[in-house]
Amino acid sequence: MEQQQDKPVKITQRKISRRTLLGGALAAAIIPVTSAFAKYVQVGVPLVSDPTKQPGPLPGTLGKRSLFENPVKKPSDISSRTPLQGMYSTITPSDLHFERHHAGIPTLDPNKYELLIHGMVERPMKFSLHDLKRFPSVTRTCFIECAGNFRTGKEEMTVQDILGLTSQSEWTGVMLSTLFRELGVDPKATWFLAEGGDAAVLTRSIPMHKAWDDAMIVYAQNGEAIRPEQGYPARLLLPGWEGNTNVKWIRRIEISDAPYFTREETSKYTYPVKDKIRMFSFEMDARSIITYPSFPQKIERGWIEIRGIAWSGRGKVVKVEVSTDAGKSWNEARLQGPVLEKAHTYFRHLWQWNGSETEILSRVTDQTGYTQPTLKQLIDARGKDIGGYHMNPVTAWRVKRDGSVAFKPESYK
Amino acid sequence: MFKKFKVRRSHVLIFAGIIIIGVMIWLWPAFLSGREKWPQSFGYGKTATKEEIAALDIDVRPDGKGLPAGSGNAELGEVIYTNKCASCHGADGKEIKGVKLPGPPLVTGKSKAKTIGNYWPYATTLFDYIRRAMPYNAPGSLTNDEVYSLSAWLLSANKVIKPGEVMNAQTLPKVVMPAQKLFIVDDRKGGPEVK
Repeated sequence: MEQQQDKPVKITQRKISRRTLLGGALAAAIIPVTSAFAKYVQVGVPLVSDPTKQPGPLPGTLGKRSLFENPVKKPSDISSRTPLQGMYSTITPSDLHFERHHAGIPTLDPNKYELLIHGMVERPMKFSLHDLKRFPSVTRTCFIECAGNFRTGKEEMTVQDILGLTSQSEWTGVMLSTLFRELGVDPKATWFLAEGGDAAVLTRSIPMHKAWDDAMIVYAQNGEAIRPEQGYPARLLLPGWEGNTNVKWIRRIEISDAPYFTREETSKYTYPVKDKIRMFSFEMDARSIITYPSFPQKIERGWIEIRGIAWSGRGKVVKVEVSTDAGKSWNEARLQGPVLEKAHTYFRHLWQWNGSETEILSRVTDQTGYTQPTLKQLIDARGKDIGGYHMNPVTAWRVKRDGSVAFKPESYK
Repeated sequence: MFKKFKVRRSHVLIFAGIIIIGVMIWLWPAFLSGREKWPQSFGYGKTATKEEIAALDIDVRPDGKGLPAGSGNAELGEVIYTNKCASCHGADGKEIKGVKLPGPPLVTGKSKAKTIGNYWPYATTLFDYIRRAMPYNAPGSLTNDEVYSLSAWLLSANKVIKPGEVMNAQTLPKVVMPAQKLFIVDDRKGGPEVK
């Protein structure tokens, strides 16, 4: 319903439904018909006028969404965005987690998978997936956000279009420090190189302090094996740090005393700041966005619960403020607990809309005292040739007299 | 004899106290280590051999560490570029319409595109990236000589080195890239400041 005005999504839906049809035909073909009930088992959802007069499908081996719900990622050539405007809380369903990859998704056999760790260590080692799972495990919830998660341009933009490259999961794996302890790391080591097993063999240099702090090698996401798009069978997780450093399909770690200056940390994931180019920008700055109401949703006069998400790569969200008068005054929103470190945090604010035109916006403050800036503040700090990385400006939504909501684009170049 | 010994309340307390203290001393190591009883080593995983490491260890650092034997020059590089790279990157170094790429390989006049000539801090990155990820449809298929030659051609076409210069493990790390002086390490530190 929400996405009816959104043409690109319509196209995607058409594509997906064709695929779904094929999948359905296949599923129907492989289900053995052993009883009169079998035809109801997960083959399709029979639409009947009175469900109390006809038994529904019986339990199946995999769940699926209601026939009436069709959230979809929005893919480009290189990434795929999470439909945040359709979500009700902070965990992203695994199949809707955003994607960004540099040479597609590799198919890795978990039985052949190995993680090699070498370099400035007493004993270079390789760990199978089975080995990784034997170590003491840790589970934590945190977001991953692409460093290039910023778009603007036109009124007809959804949250997904503007900043759909952030998602949150509950990740499980082994602390990197647990593995490093096993190898005996040279105390002189200051950086490590993380390398993926995809066709881009993507590499990033990471300071050692992150390894001793909260870095993990994760193999599970939201309770099940990590999804192939998310790095199956194992990826690096660096809570709060730019998505690109969370190397997926990780196959090798080399411990070193200097960074490597790979392509991903020189010509990419760096950005002009006045007359310089800033590199090794790891932490994602605090950011928030109202997800309801937002384009293309429509509101009615009366009480509206404004809802959204806020997060900071530097720790906890301390405060989210919501303005319903275009930034003239601010109200503190309620935060949904527990508020976790480096995690999407849900916020809510009650507002009575009287039918007049206005702008609604949100801004977050994190535990370091940093308050989400406006685009103008970012340009003042970094210069006009600002690029697209590490952009976290306050996002405003225009509420029109007829109750429609539109993005307020701001030009910056 | 036993009858003479009156069991007083104080005796019971002293006795109980001795028992409690004794149990505490006996269990103290367990209290200390009960939270985290980790061994020196879990013993999972295998030691990696030199051959196993060498098979995967393809990274190259700006100081030249990791560069393999071999060499190449711009003349050879241009031929390889025309055959294996131009279909995506464009024959004349300009962006091809409709092909989305990180950028053309050359500086094109007043273009603000980020290229090797104006936006790469180290020449070693060229070798490392081309060897591991290019050509897009056949990554990892180029020989070390081919990668040195392509690096030489791109550097020469961007006017960073002279057309005749040979690139190898000794010369490539010595190339000073025009943009190197522009790069600074992240100076954001958290806190209220917008940077």
